[in-house]
Amino acid sequence: MKYLLTLLLLSLTISLTHASDIAEVWTSKRIQISYQSALQPIAINKMHHWIIEIKTLDGLAVEDANVQVTGGMPAHNHGLPTSPQVTEHLGEGRYRVEGMRFHMNGQWEIRISVKRDGLDELVTIPLVL
Amino acid sequence: MSKLLPILGFVLVTSLIIWFAVQLSQPATWSPEERQLLASLSLSSLQKLPADPSNHIADDLRAAKFGQQLFFDTRFSINGAVACATCHQPERRFADGLIRGVAIGQTDRNTPSVVGGAYSPWQYWDGRKDSQWSQALAPLEHPMEQGGNRLYYLRLVASFYKSTYEAIFGALPDLSDTNRFPLHAGPVDNADWRSNWLAMDTADQQTINRAFANLGKALAAYERRLLPGPSKFDDFVDSLGTKSVIFNAEEQAGLKLFIGKANCIQCHNGPLLTNHEFHNTGVETAPSELPDKGRIQGVRDVNLDEFNCRSTYADTAGHCAELQFARTGPELIGTMRTPSLRNLKNTEPYMHKGQLPTLIDVLRHYNEAPTAIIGHNEAKPLNLTLTELSQLEAFLHTLDAPIAAEDEWLTQPDLPQ
Repeated sequence: MKYLLTLLLLSLTISLTHASDIAEVWTSKRIQISYQSALQPIAINKMHHWIIEIKTLDGLAVEDANVQVTGGMPAHNHGLPTSPQVTEHLGEGRYRVEGMRFHMNGQWEIRISVKRDGLDELVTIPLVL
Repeated sequence: MSKLLPILGFVLVTSLIIWFAVQLSQPATWSPEERQLLASLSLSSLQKLPADPSNHIADDLRAAKFGQQLFFDTRFSINGAVACATCHQPERRFADGLIRGVAIGQTDRNTPSVVGGAYSPWQYWDGRKDSQWSQALAPLEHPMEQGGNRLYYLRLVASFYKSTYEAIFGALPDLSDTNRFPLHAGPVDNADWRSNWLAMDTADQQTINRAFANLGKALAAYERRLLPGPSKFDDFVDSLGTKSVIFNAEEQAGLKLFIGKANCIQCHNGPLLTNHEFHNTGVETAPSELPDKGRIQGVRDVNLDEFNCRSTYADTAGHCAELQFARTGPELIGTMRTPSLRNLKNTEPYMHKGQLPTLIDVLRHYNEAPTAIIGHNEAKPLNLTLTELSQLEAFLHTLDAPIAAEDEWLTQPDLPQ
């Protein structure tokens, strides 16, 4: 029984570690960005917020950057229905982005521009709804 | 043998006809992905009526009844002949069936339905209002609609609805001092009334604005109860997986196109068949008019609106996510709000200026996707056949249904004399 429990705990730990390891990351030449949506799964026509995490490629948090979020549907040649904004710097390279909403199903692109003394990067995150 | 030939021919032709008939009556098959899309369009997926934090009496029954009286009371117009119900007629799904609304004069655009409006963050074709209550105030003072002014309306309330108003909102302002409160005053398109308004104390203006906003809030408390009822389409989706298929072959084919290659579902999505957003679909300019700027103007107007969510008259305490994150920019040039496709019957002609007389004209328009006069047309030509357009039309008619409100809300109530 003990053996079984240990095995169960071990497999749970491995799966959780694995889950955090595979948080998807998108990169530019100098930075990497991952995001977590407050709306899971992301559905159309619902305003929600994202927490984005910005790091340099070698893993250092990018703090106090000027972050702009835009996006759109390349196939339709139109943008997001809203103008999302960074409303809070949460520390450790994390930023709260409010005003996210998608109004169609299909292929979207979220473009995140990050500027901070000497750093001027653009990361594109593809998203299919 | 020669005698057998006509018989064989007859049998062959009859068999072919039967085979085609059987093929046509076969229900379409729906993949799991398609079923998911269909479920997302059904009224069964409609979320509970969203609260309106900007209107504290939005769900007050007394306010809804007062609002209904105001909605039908033609005394609430400068000529005593026009009410909200003049253009928003219950028997026409709260629209009017005209190219453009006709009240005191002709309005600028086609009359949109009120039904289901409580679900939209934006009102009007260009979204220049961000609540039902602030929208309801505008026609009262528009010279081509009800044509009055806020002091005039508040005196009507004092004459006919004082106790009703006060039971809901508290004391009506005392307007007996005509030096402080002129008979006619408001920031409206009338030089005398406007100068009377500008001569008033700021504090008195705010008192009047607050009471006037309350009329809008009562009207909205009524309007938000007007919701679409379940249609043949909803019955069809809800019965998928059982044997009770109630769509004919043409309607099913139309529905397949709607969620598939006709791309309608891109904008007409969700249970109200609208994403409540703004799109340029290259609809022709109305004859002898400049192109309509649409949302690019609407977003400026709503930000400057004296009764918007950020105003002191909203009960929101500054929580205005829609306004805060409203997008602007050249992409909005010539864009209009996606209308719901529920209840298209009796509401033709269509589009923001009533440019297209029938549904089939609308479908032909999307099939061609002409170049926009201003801005850019987001839609692409569909290259559908005439048969396919008819199938789409057949499907659209399955969205017609009675309004989901008791009869007492759909007729003129008793008005105090």
